[in-house]
Amino acid sequence: MKKASERETNPTAKEIFKTILANVELADKESMLICQDTGLPIYLVKVGTKFQVDCAKIAAALKEGAKRATVEHPFRSSSTHPITRVNPQTSVGEGLPILYWDFIEGSDVLDILMIPKGSGSENMSAMKMFTPADGVKALKKFVVDTVLQSGSNPCPPGVIGVGIGGTADLVSKLAKEAIARPVGSHNHDPYFAKMEDELLEAINSLGIGPMGLGGAVTTLAVHIEWAYTHITQNPIAINTQCWPARRARAKIYPDGKVEHGY
Amino acid sequence: MANYNLTTPLTEEVVRKLRVRDVVTLQGTIFGIRDLTQIYIFDRGNEPPVSLQGAACIHTAPSLKKVGDRWEKICVGTTTSGRMDRFTPLLMEKYGVRAIIGKGGQYQASLDAMKKFGGCYLAIVGGAAAVETKQIVEVEKVYFEELHPEALYQFRVKDFGPLTVAMDSHGNNLYTEVKKAAEGKLPEIYKRLGI
Ligand code: SF4
Repeated sequence: MKKASERETNPTAKEIFKTILANVELADKESMLICQDTGLPIYLVKVGTKFQVDCAKIAAALKEGAKRATVEHPFRSSSTHPITRVNPQTSVGEGLPILYWDFIEGSDVLDILMIPKGSGSENMSAMKMFTPADGVKALKKFVVDTVLQSGSNPCPPGVIGVGIGGTADLVSKLAKEAIARPVGSHNHDPYFAKMEDELLEAINSLGIGPMGLGGAVTTLAVHIEWAYTHITQNPIAINTQCWPARRARAKIYPDGKVEHGY
Repeated sequence: MANYNLTTPLTEEVVRKLRVRDVVTLQGTIFGIRDLTQIYIFDRGNEPPVSLQGAACIHTAPSLKKVGDRWEKICVGTTTSGRMDRFTPLLMEKYGVRAIIGKGGQYQASLDAMKKFGGCYLAIVGGAAAVETKQIVEVEKVYFEELHPEALYQFRVKDFGPLTVAMDSHGNNLYTEVKKAAEGKLPEIYKRLGI
C-alpha cells in the first residue's frame, strides 16, 4: 500500500492514501477494527496427509471460533437468513462459515487461512460461462469491464482475483483463492503470470483510482488461479477484494507448535 | 482544490461554495442514518424527533454498546450510499439536510436535489473505520432506539475527515466524471489487450 501510494500523483488519491495508511496504523496501535464490516467468515484449510486429524472436529471448532470472535470480541455479525433477514448475531448460521478443504500430499502441517470477507467488495464479484469460440479476448474484456462497472463500490485499491476454467462452482472458488494469495505474487504458470501483469496495467490505466475518485492506482494486484475445464466451456469468475484485504493464517505442526501469519 | 474546515449546522451559502475535489473537515454534530432509518421516516411516516436543518448525515450502521442509559462507541464505519439514493432528495427538501457523507456516491436524483436545495455529497474513505471511530468524540443521542443498528444517531465529532466533495450543488459528480474518463480510455486499452 505504501509503495502504491508513492506512485500516485492525483491530489485526491494522495489524500485518500494518507487516510488509509493512518487508519492501518491507528487500528494496529489501538487494537481497533480496521473496518466495521467484519464480513462472512471463510476458511481455506489445507490438511497435510501426514497430519493426523479429525476434520469433522476441525470444522466444528472453526464454526465455534467464528461465533466466539463475534460474541466475545468486537466482530460484527453480518450473517443473516436470506428470506427472513433475521441476524443470529453470531456471524455463522446454516451453511456458514464457508469451509474449503484441500489435502496436501506428504505434508505434516495443518494450514488454516481465515478471510473475513466484507460485502462492499464481495457484491462486485461476477461470473460468466463463456464458450471456447469467445477465446481469451472475451476473458480479458470481462475482467476490465467488471472492474470499470464496480467503480468506487469495492473500496479500491484492493486485489482483483480471477478464476479461469473448471465449472461454475470451481471457477468461483479459484477466484476466491486468487484474492487470498500474497498481494502481488504471480501464478506459477508463465502464461497466466503474464496475463496478470497485462490486466494489472490495463485496469490501472482506467484511472478509477482509490475509492473511485480518480487516480493511478485502481488495483494493487491481479491474481489468476486456473483449472482445466470442459471442452465446450470457458468459465471465468472475478472476486473483488477491498483495500484492507484482511486475512490471518495459523500453521499447526504435529508437535502442537502454532505459527501465526498472513 | 480548496480546503474547508466547517462547523455544523451548514448554511446554504457555505455549501454552494463547495466544488468537487475540495476537501472538507467537519466540526460539531453529524447524524448517522441507514436504510431502515429512512424507510421508517419516509415510508412509515415517522417524523425525526430532532431538527436536521443544515445537517450532515452519514450512511452508517454503527457498533455501539449501551452502558446504563449512555451509548458508547465500539466501531463506526460508512456504508455504500447507492442503496439509499431515493431518500436524499427528501432529506434535503423536507428537512433541510445539506450534506450526505458516504461511500460510492449517489445518482442523478440526488444530484438534482443538491443543485436545487444547496446540498453536497462528501466522500469518506470507505473501510477506514478506525480513523472514523476516533474522530467521533461522543454518541450524544440515539433516536428511534428500537431500530438500532439502523436508528438515528447524533454524534459529536472533532476534525471529522478529510472528506472529498464528490457531488456538488453545481451539478458536478466526480464519480461519473471518473467513470466517463475511464470509458473514453477503453478502446485504447482493448487494443493493447488484443481485444
Ligand atoms: S468493501 Fe471492504 S473496506 Fe469497504 S466497507 Fe466493505 S469490508 Fe470495509
